[in-house]
Amino acid sequence: MTPATPWVIQATHLTKTYRMGEVEVHALNGLSLQIASGEVVAIMGPSGSGKSTLMNILGCLDRPSSGEYILDGEAAARLRDDQLASIRNRKIGFVFQSFNLLPRASALANVELPLRYAGLNGKRKAKATAALEAVGLGDRIHHKPTELSGGQQQRVAIARALVNDPAILMADEPTGALDSRTGKEIMDLLLEINRERGTTVILVTHDPNVAARARRTIRLRDGQVEEAAS
Amino acid sequence: MNIFSALKEALGSLAANKLRSSLTILGIVIGVAAVIAMVSLGRGLQASITSQLSGIGTTQLSVFYMPDPEIRNPQPLTTGDMQALVDPINAPDVKAVSASISGVGLVSFGSKSSSATIYGTTANYAELNNLKFQEGGFFGEEQVLGQSSTVVLGPRLADLLFNRTKGLVGEMVRIEGQPYRVVGVLQSLGQGSVSFSDTDMAVLVPYTTARLRLIPQGGRDQVDTLTVQVRDSSRTMQATEQVKQILRTRHRTPVGLDDFYVFASKDILDAANSITSMLTIFLGGIAAISLLVGGIGIMNIMLVSVTERTREIGLRKAVGARRRDILVQFLAESVMLSLLGGGLGILLGWLIGVAVAVVSENSGNAITPIVGIDSILLATLSASAIGIFFGFYPANRAATLQPVEALRSE
Ligand SMILES: Nc1ncnc2c1ncn2[C@@H]1O[C@H](COP(=O)(O)OP(=O)(O)OP(=O)(O)O)[C@@H](O)[C@H]1O
Ligand SMILES: [Mg+2]
Repeated sequence: MTPATPWVIQATHLTKTYRMGEVEVHALNGLSLQIASGEVVAIMGPSGSGKSTLMNILGCLDRPSSGEYILDGEAAARLRDDQLASIRNRKIGFVFQSFNLLPRASALANVELPLRYAGLNGKRKAKATAALEAVGLGDRIHHKPTELSGGQQQRVAIARALVNDPAILMADEPTGALDSRTGKEIMDLLLEINRERGTTVILVTHDPNVAARARRTIRLRDGQVEEAAS
Repeated sequence: MNIFSALKEALGSLAANKLRSSLTILGIVIGVAAVIAMVSLGRGLQASITSQLSGIGTTQLSVFYMPDPEIRNPQPLTTGDMQALVDPINAPDVKAVSASISGVGLVSFGSKSSSATIYGTTANYAELNNLKFQEGGFFGEEQVLGQSSTVVLGPRLADLLFNRTKGLVGEMVRIEGQPYRVVGVLQSLGQGSVSFSDTDMAVLVPYTTARLRLIPQGGRDQVDTLTVQVRDSSRTMQATEQVKQILRTRHRTPVGLDDFYVFASKDILDAANSITSMLTIFLGGIAAISLLVGGIGIMNIMLVSVTERTREIGLRKAVGARRRDILVQFLAESVMLSLLGGGLGILLGWLIGVAVAVVSENSGNAITPIVGIDSILLATLSASAIGIFFGFYPANRAATLQPVEALRSE
């Protein structure tokens, strides 16, 4: 199926307003952006500019207060909870700053998790093992998160994000909890995934070196896109 | 995810918190054990009362001479009354009637002697009173008509006189000095069984013989007790009414005053049954409250667990878990807790029952608790129902969490 537009992500006039008692915080303020399939996009901006808020909405973890968001042809802003869950499962791989692995489960079981919710039963182990091999952890599949280094844990998280072959990989400060060398390795891995699978990669970062390796950088300020550079 | 793998996973996550899970399970164990133990004891009690009372027989009526003090000329029961009660037209529910008189006398064999109850009875007395024989049998119609000197011995008396209860048929014993030939030895009624006549320590002779030689006071055809056998235990009430009507007519008693009393053992049995089933329900109900408390324990622990694992729930949702997946996951945990508790509780309840059986056996009043399949099923079902019921609120709370908020929690 070829989408009508080359855009895998089309967001128009997104707003997100948090109400804290009397005060309203406009985390997103009429933000619009488009991202094409196969792009690598870095999102930068000062702390509090709305990067995480935007990523959560793009990743279908949250809904905008208003605005349109079309992901891979589906109007995500209007879907019900379970439909969003299904989109997260099939189309999006999300990588968190703090890894978010299940601490008692092995690397393999962690990577199998999205497959379980996809209803896959037979080929789970093979697919999860392949994903772990793809991130260079083929020899660590039975380790628990506590038995892995930070970089290795983030690789497990990336394998988990990849295992369902999503169209988009989203990462909110994936290197934020890692030293610069490990961070570079993770960035290498993300770029490799983009190159080999054509997966669209969107990542939030504070590190100009990381951002420099993306094809495009989107800068946010006060909940709006400041400028776009290539 | 299917139920089986959900339960397996639930087991794993419960195992991660062993102490907490065990304590929660303990609450259910105690509740289920209490229900099983109480219900089985109640039923055991009921069964033991029923079996004790069944010595009297549920198809029997006993008629005694018991005049109302206001009656001027009360009439004793007679063999005439006995014959009148066997009346297919006025008493269609009466199958047979036997009569007996009783007294006390000295029974001896050789140098040994003992005082014993003497029953003078009709030939059908043994059958109507469910008497069983170790050897020999009862005397027949012929011996009654012929006023023969035959005797049936109670087992305890036989043992006292002969030091044995076998091989006695044909021996001669003396009752009040007169010789009687032994034709049968009864079986013991058994400990704890209830009967109007303790035949263990008695001699039974034809009532004609007894009236003539052993219990001469009273008229020739006068008897103490009539035992009426009812055709069908469900018609006891009607039979009682028919017996009363016939006797009232024959004795010409004034309206509302009787000179006899009809006792239906089934009434006692019914009353005892309804008391014990009420007791069972009452005890079971109290035990069910502890089961409820156990259920609240599950709810409490599941709420704590949901709060603790909010982040995990957020992550699961982020990778595609639907509402239902999370609901099933947490319900599986609470059902697992309650099923484990239920299983152990059944075992413990059964052990309590066995312990009570041993104690009651040793104290001489045997109650055998009855743990039925139905109470096991009931306990299992109510345990899982409790798991689902008390687990639903926490599980639903987890399932409706929004992924961003759940992920943000610490
Ligand atoms: N749940 C919330 N309730 C209230 N205000 C919120 C909430 N989440 C975010 N905000 C506010 O929205 C604004 C944007 O927050 P966001 O987390 O998107 O910033 P960010 O760009 O990711 O910052 P950082 O670089 O520090 O991660 C901030 O002012 C923040 O205080
Ligand atoms: Mg952020």
